[in-house]
Amino acid sequence: MKVPIEVTVNGRQYRHEVEPRLLLVDYLRDTLDLTGAKIGCDTSQCGSCTVEMNGTAMKSCTCLAVQADGSTITTIEGLAVDGLHPIQEAFWNKHGLQCGFCTPGMIMAAKELLRNNPSPSPDEVRHGLEGNICRCTGYTNIVKAVQEAAAVMGGAS
Amino acid sequence: MTTRIFSSGIRRREDPRLITGQASYTADIKLPGMTHAAILRSPHAHARIKSIDASAAAGRDGVVAVFTGADTEGALNGIPCAWQVPNSDVKAVDHPPIAKDVVRYVGDAVAVVVAESRYVAEDALEHVDVEYEPLSSVTDPKKATADGAPQLHEDAPGNQAFHWTVSGGDAGAAFSEADVVVKDRIVHQRLIPNAMEPRAAVAQWVGSTQDLTLWSTSQNPHIARFLMSVVTDLPEHRIRVIAQEVGGGFGSKIPFYADEAIIAFCAMRTGGPVKWVETRSENYQATIHGRDHIEEVELAATRDGKITGVRAAVWAGMGAYLSTASTGIPTILHGLMYAGPYDIPNVHGDVYGVFTNATPVDAYRGAGRPEATFLVERMVNLLADKLGMDPVELRRKNLIPAFENGHDVSTGLTYDSGDYEKALDMLMDSIAYQDLRRDQAAARSEGKHVGIGVTTYVEICGLGPSQVAGAVGFGGGLWESAIIRFHPTGKVNVMTGASPHGQGEETTFAQVVSHELGVDVDDIEVLHGDTDTSPMGWGTYGSRTTAVAGAAVALGARKLKEKGKAIAAHLLEAAVEDIEYDDGNFFVKGSPDQSKTIDDIALMANVAWNLPEGMEPGFESTTFYDPPNFAYPFGAHAAVVELDPDTGQISLTRYVAVDDCGTQINPMIIEGQVHGGVVQGAGPALWEGAVYDDGGQLITGSMMDYALPRADMVPEIETMSTDTPSPDHPLGVKGIGETGTIASTVTVYNAVMDALKPFGVDKLDMPLTPERVWRAIHHGNGS
Repeated sequence: MKVPIEVTVNGRQYRHEVEPRLLLVDYLRDTLDLTGAKIGCDTSQCGSCTVEMNGTAMKSCTCLAVQADGSTITTIEGLAVDGLHPIQEAFWNKHGLQCGFCTPGMIMAAKELLRNNPSPSPDEVRHGLEGNICRCTGYTNIVKAVQEAAAVMGGAS
Repeated sequence: MTTRIFSSGIRRREDPRLITGQASYTADIKLPGMTHAAILRSPHAHARIKSIDASAAAGRDGVVAVFTGADTEGALNGIPCAWQVPNSDVKAVDHPPIAKDVVRYVGDAVAVVVAESRYVAEDALEHVDVEYEPLSSVTDPKKATADGAPQLHEDAPGNQAFHWTVSGGDAGAAFSEADVVVKDRIVHQRLIPNAMEPRAAVAQWVGSTQDLTLWSTSQNPHIARFLMSVVTDLPEHRIRVIAQEVGGGFGSKIPFYADEAIIAFCAMRTGGPVKWVETRSENYQATIHGRDHIEEVELAATRDGKITGVRAAVWAGMGAYLSTASTGIPTILHGLMYAGPYDIPNVHGDVYGVFTNATPVDAYRGAGRPEATFLVERMVNLLADKLGMDPVELRRKNLIPAFENGHDVSTGLTYDSGDYEKALDMLMDSIAYQDLRRDQAAARSEGKHVGIGVTTYVEICGLGPSQVAGAVGFGGGLWESAIIRFHPTGKVNVMTGASPHGQGEETTFAQVVSHELGVDVDDIEVLHGDTDTSPMGWGTYGSRTTAVAGAAVALGARKLKEKGKAIAAHLLEAAVEDIEYDDGNFFVKGSPDQSKTIDDIALMANVAWNLPEGMEPGFESTTFYDPPNFAYPFGAHAAVVELDPDTGQISLTRYVAVDDCGTQINPMIIEGQVHGGVVQGAGPALWEGAVYDDGGQLITGSMMDYALPRADMVPEIETMSTDTPSPDHPLGVKGIGETGTIASTVTVYNAVMDALKPFGVDKLDMPLTPERVWRAIHHGNGS
């Protein structure tokens, strides 16, 4: 059995028939070829698959594609409009990534964090990103990147 | 202008594709006609396979094929161990890619399903009917050597995989004559590397030409090609291995795994491309683990604190089979570092490699050296306690004095250059050590418990001289090569055989070429990771990429500088001795207006209209570099922790690292390596550990159970450096990839034990979880 869904991803409308059990992250990666969201675990611990759905960050491995029917989704591929998003730029400036695998999810989570708290302290950044695991950076430069992005964005999200 | 980017923290050239989601990792590959594989793994730690019936799985909709050990037998050879450490009786036990008769750990491959989708393949796994006869099992490396312990391999009696010794001086005499001896039993629990990208492989087979292409999450594609050839009997020149974007490795992507051979086999049998991506829980079972040592250690000293000897017996769990580089880790990369940064004249170590019913162990960040540093630094602290000395003063008393070009150590190594006390001084100033101790005493009197840990370390990396590699049984060379190719327009490609996967050498190598030849970094593209286009190289591990491959790049650039001078002399009608070079310009000595730019030279060399008589066209160099020695970075680290005695909770409140990796090409990248390394080393001190139950089941089977450091669990890592150049490397570079991990585990551990002193606790096994700490405080020493 397949179920029709309609989603808007990065400003483009898609219609597909999907298996009810298909995870949103697999739909994005395999059906739409948007492979920016990564799969780093199978227990919703790592956050590498984080995307924005209807304006809120979510782990796309915890959601079925059918649950996303009718929703508007932004993935890392849709973040750079008219040049890099300030968070992307700040991760680049501050060396907030090494292997880059957690980075798309980390940037999407940082976007959510700054939406809720436009001027976070370092501790608030650390608590805000505790759902995303990075094994390379030790988080030091990720925190600096998010703080730089906050300063550049000046309260805007 | 361009030279200013050397020793400068310029932004990484890798990052634009990574921060936009445009980078392509192995799991992102999609090929026409591609099918998907899932691997059935043993649920038993040790069992005889009585029968396998795959017919129900094979008959399911969408299933293309199911293969078992019966299918791969004869088609695939065993998975080899590539490090036959000499004089240690290494048992090269058979390791079939798919188990046929016996499974030896939870995660051993039993069958593979190829299907039209991953979902269908995983469904089908449940329909492969395997009948097992469970056998008794053992996962503890010391218990595995006991009489009556379950035996894993017929040709490895007593489960002994090898017995290696290291000796220098006369440890026996040192201990019998010692004023003071301190002893401890140290356990390095198993660790799970947890690169954020699980392993993956895509294999494509072209039957008409007999060509195999393997996209693989490898740290060393050339080694993968070589071992794929060994396992499949395919000729090496018909195999192409591509490691495109790789999401971290930390050693876990060095080995050649059974899975890569299995997926290649699937592609060859089904005729189309096959993709396999590990799940995280599969990764915990099937990707190598690290550490797993039980150590009995003693230190001998005079009563005024001069260390005279170190002696250790180590039982190193190897897991069920010997992984690619596994045997070299607890031996060459461990025992040879028992003297640490100290002048210790007498050393003896016995290392027993032991087979256990657990996931194979191999190189994990630091690989043998964190264990060696821990061993030395823990014992030094115990000695300080026994002598009533300050642990930093005791270190000072024993540090090797500064040296610039070679210092022979009792283990047989020759450290390259060092000024260990300078790094310690910098650290002491930075943390205001004496004030910190005063504050600690004051806090204790108010019932607050702070602990301070200080480490001085040296490590061996930049692997390494190929002659030594051969002498210590490594089944390959350890040199590197570089091709530097100028195009007619003056733009440059650099091809390296090393295979960085997050370490940033696309940037640092561009900085090296820019520094040497005056080309803008934006005009240089560094290529790696494809055996068809990258020159031969041995890969990225052991903090060797910049130390070895970077040297090849520097020397290759200097070759082109010489060729450029000859061309400039010819074009300017001057003698070549009169040509000077500065920042991309070749000019006649004393007449800077008579000059040719590097672009002019590159164009002329490529069109070859007017070159010196007999000169070959082209502006390209190929350089092979075999290092004359290993590199020995060093430093001093400090950790400060707070202990809550009511809950056992430890907070790591401050961490300061002073590291010396010689000349720095990109300080920003170097700091990043230290940040990550320190946190990865703090993990096992406080949180991380793989746990098996008595039946050999991996209890910590997912990220829900294996506690990785998260952003809110660690402080900002403070970094500083001294820069003692390597006397061997053309740029003076050492290595930085592993120093953080090598130093931080024991630094954090010693800080916690320092905080626990008022409670009379002087012995506790890692990880120092709140439960363990609380029990120790309230019920005495525990492990």
